Amino acid sequence: MATEAHGEATGLSFHPMDQFIVRPLFSDGPVHWYTPTNVTLWLAAIVLATLALLVLGTRGRAIVPNRSQSMAEMAYGMIHKMVGDIAGKDGLKYFPYIMTLFMFVVFANFLGLLPMAFTVTSHIAVTGVLALAVFLTVTIIGFVKNGTHFLDLFWVRSAPLAIRPVLAVIEVISYFVRPLSLSIRLAGNMIAGHAVIKVFAGFAALILINPGLGALVTPVSILAVVGMYAFEILVAFIQAYVFTILTCVYLKDALHPSH
Amino acid sequence: MEGNIGELGQYIGVGLTAIGMGGAAIGVGNVAGNFLSGALRNPSAAAGQTATLFIGMAFAEALGIFSFLVALLLMFAV
Amino acid sequence: MISLLQEAAHTAAEHTESVASSVAHGETETATGLPQLDLTSFGNQIFWLVVAMVVLYWVVAKVALPRIGAVLSDRQGAITGDLMAAEEFKLKAKEAEAAYDKALADARAEAGKIVAANRAEIQKELDAAIAHADAEIAARVSESEGRIRQIRDSADTDAREVARDVTAELVRTFGGVVDQAAVDQAVDSRMKGALQ
Repeated sequence: MATEAHGEATGLSFHPMDQFIVRPLFSDGPVHWYTPTNVTLWLAAIVLATLALLVLGTRGRAIVPNRSQSMAEMAYGMIHKMVGDIAGKDGLKYFPYIMTLFMFVVFANFLGLLPMAFTVTSHIAVTGVLALAVFLTVTIIGFVKNGTHFLDLFWVRSAPLAIRPVLAVIEVISYFVRPLSLSIRLAGNMIAGHAVIKVFAGFAALILINPGLGALVTPVSILAVVGMYAFEILVAFIQAYVFTILTCVYLKDALHPSH
Repeated sequence: MEGNIGELGQYIGVGLTAIGMGGAAIGVGNVAGNFLSGALRNPSAAAGQTATLFIGMAFAEALGIFSFLVALLLMFAV
Repeated sequence: MISLLQEAAHTAAEHTESVASSVAHGETETATGLPQLDLTSFGNQIFWLVVAMVVLYWVVAKVALPRIGAVLSDRQGAITGDLMAAEEFKLKAKEAEAAYDKALADARAEAGKIVAANRAEIQKELDAAIAHADAEIAARVSESEGRIRQIRDSADTDAREVARDVTAELVRTFGGVVDQAAVDQAVDSRMKGALQ
């Protein structure tokens, strides 16, 4: 396979995808559905981080907030405003659900950036389940709230009658691509960023093999790792934001399907 | 240097998918640039449209990510 | 630059070819495909994800959000309370200002009244004094006039007496008989208007 061929040719060991391997925590055995793995560990870390920020951070219930309470309130305010602005007042009923999604994705992305960490959101299985959950929830809400009127979403009344069937086909396809693009966008961003950092980190080892060229390449690659890391911090937040905002947009479509 | 012709095609294909990244770059740049020019014309309306900016960027970027996905699939899954 | 890189890569490859390959093959942890597409781990990931999401949802929806919401609404309440109190104070200040203005206006009016009253009193006294003075002047004038009239009257009668006497003497001197009535009449007609 391809992995055997690359990396070894230069003497540098490039294994950018190794960081994504799911491993059992306590044994070397096979990964059963119940086996505690590094996924379990980092999911627990996400839950604890959320707990620390949103529950421990606000335990003072102060009128004048301290730093952590301020952050919790900022997150609350940001998502609350987003849901209210995009999905409308009746969308605020689903605010806890969207807040949960946001906290999960944002902490998964940020904790994944810790060195040696495992990024749960880099796995299609995880983001796929999240995206499917959003898709199914939104579709069910759409049908429960609007009945068959929900299908107006695909029948663009503002367009001329002649091209409406064509638009309907496009709308249906784009509707069903939503969970795919939602999950691939998040996972893809995470995979790409982490793999690029790993590749640069692999180049940094060149100084051990070839000191002459390494003296040139290693500082550049370390700088590149730093730069990519900073960029990934930005991406980690933006992708969580985008995931949440798209959920809000889909929710708006479900609540108010007419264009 | 001998090798498998299939492997050769695989690598060429993976390299070609990098073009997709350029497309996504153009798209994201377009979104950001147009947003900026609009925001400079009417700065008071800009704050309310940052959500739209991010949605637009996300859509443009998603297609670049798809090309990355194709590269990964070619590299590891084919 | 590129040739240098190629050369370096080539030498590096030669240098470590044997070592690296053996190391790579010895490693058990190396991914043999994309780990994301390893279907055997999907069940595990999905199971733990669902567990984590349920716990997280419970934490967020049942504990965190009500608390933060309560804190935010408390703060909002405190802020509105403070604003209302401030509004009340402002109203009170306005009232106080109005009362002050009123008191000032009242005082001014009172002062004006007092001034007017004083002025009226003074005017009255003045008027009385003037009237008194006028009356005195009038009395003196009338007294003087009376005296003048008396003097004039007495002068008139004196002059008439003298004129009669003179006339009677003249008539006598010219040998006439003195008709006292005619003399009086003549003197009166001549004197009429002369002493006016």
